Amino acid sequence: MSAAALGKVFLRYLPLALLALAWEACARFELVSSSALPSLTKVAAAWWDLAKSGDLVENGAASLWRAGAGLAIAIVVGAVLGIGMATWRAADVALGPLVDMFYPLPKSALIPVTALWLGFGDGSKILLIAMGCMLPVTLGAYNGARSSERTLIWSARSLGASRLRMLRDVIVPSAMPEMLSGIRTALAISFVLLVASELIVARAGLGYLIGFLGSNGTYDSMFAVVLTVAFLGFVADRIYLLIMRRALAWRE
Amino acid sequence: MAGMSPTMAFVDGRPRLRIRFRDIAARWGAVVALLALWWALSHSGMFTPFMLPTPERVATRMWDDALAGDLPLNVALTLYRALAGFVIAAVLGVLIGAAMSRGGIIGWFFDPIVSVGFPMPKIAFLPVIVLWLGFYDVSKISMVVFDAIFPVITGTMLGIKSVEKELIWSARSLGTGESEIWPRIVLPAAMPQMFTGLQVSLPIAMIVAVVAEMLMGGYGMGGAMVQASRMADSPGVFAGIVEIAVVGWFLVKGMASLRRRLLAWHPEADTPSGV
Repeated sequence: MSAAALGKVFLRYLPLALLALAWEACARFELVSSSALPSLTKVAAAWWDLAKSGDLVENGAASLWRAGAGLAIAIVVGAVLGIGMATWRAADVALGPLVDMFYPLPKSALIPVTALWLGFGDGSKILLIAMGCMLPVTLGAYNGARSSERTLIWSARSLGASRLRMLRDVIVPSAMPEMLSGIRTALAISFVLLVASELIVARAGLGYLIGFLGSNGTYDSMFAVVLTVAFLGFVADRIYLLIMRRALAWRE
Repeated sequence: MAGMSPTMAFVDGRPRLRIRFRDIAARWGAVVALLALWWALSHSGMFTPFMLPTPERVATRMWDDALAGDLPLNVALTLYRALAGFVIAAVLGVLIGAAMSRGGIIGWFFDPIVSVGFPMPKIAFLPVIVLWLGFYDVSKISMVVFDAIFPVITGTMLGIKSVEKELIWSARSLGTGESEIWPRIVLPAAMPQMFTGLQVSLPIAMIVAVVAEMLMGGYGMGGAMVQASRMADSPGVFAGIVEIAVVGWFLVKGMASLRRRLLAWHPEADTPSGV
């Protein structure tokens, strides 16, 4: 990277550095009580301790497994449902109104139900994330598949493509862009549901760790985990965007 | 290809009415079918009443809560928290987004904050907000604002930035004063995308309000559900789901019809799919 480009990046992210500095200054000069806002250096030290002790890795792995498994189920079921509804009228008639009805459901309402069904462990979190993240994928796949150009479908059909080929070569590719952006929404929802459900009912996971450290009064460690979760969410979104751009590169 | 049915002749003049009637019928059909399925499953003996209480039980429970006054109180409190947060997020978000769209120091300062903050799971900050602001409405509403503001900011910013320069130039050349360009040209032209931001943000406000209530306990639909869940009171939990679903549905559909009404003049008046 050239010096000019580096300077540009620095200038772009300077406000974040300023905020971090302001935080450190507030805590150092005790503008706010240090229990309400531990200094950034203390938070960093606490993070290092948590990482060394293995707490962070252990709970992080539990959280990522739940989010990953739930999201994978949501993507598979959601995509099949959406494309099925777009290509098969009977499915559309039967399931369309249900999707429309449940799409606006504030997903967090599912937390107590899944806890009721599967208890406090991994199962209830995975089910929660799968249920909560499914409909954005379904809707994206549905809208995308329906918008595939009629002329493409007609020409594929007139060239004698079988139903399966048509699905693979015409409908799924044209559903891709909207489906992928539906999955991006689902990714964001998965983090919200994961952290919320772990904060409310759990025995492991980053959300649980935040709640545990908070009720213990070790606020520097709590801030360290909060920032870790925020960072993970941000990084997951950026990685997903990169994958999405690559997956859609053929459209250019 | 069943051939033309006799009614087809009449469809011509009023297709709209017919389509809407069919939509409504399909929707109610789905509600009835879902209730029937629920009834059948809960009476089939496949599930214990704890896992899946019967719809009658849940309805009785809701009726009792409504008579006791808990249901209206909880709904009102949750709505108040979600909507107060939403309105604050909408006003602040439009202001910040509009200021950012002009670049300058505000644009420079907020740009990295928004691009890092938007994809972050802000809900993780809930314990921090509780630590700072306590367990009362202020912290719940603050959490809602913190989460719901980002789509409004980016929607406003994108909307204003994508206003065509020709539109502004022609208004100027037709003699529109500089002070009138913003309220009469830029803001109306940016409206559809701003509204899309608001439509994304409202369900978020509702989700976060419910989560905040679940975590902090007390009155409100989220608090009531978590309480019921802790007491292993499954009719209470299912009543909560039904209530929250109905409230969420009305909010989302209300926003969509508001959009159609407000933006009827705009070719993009239809709600974007997926919102």
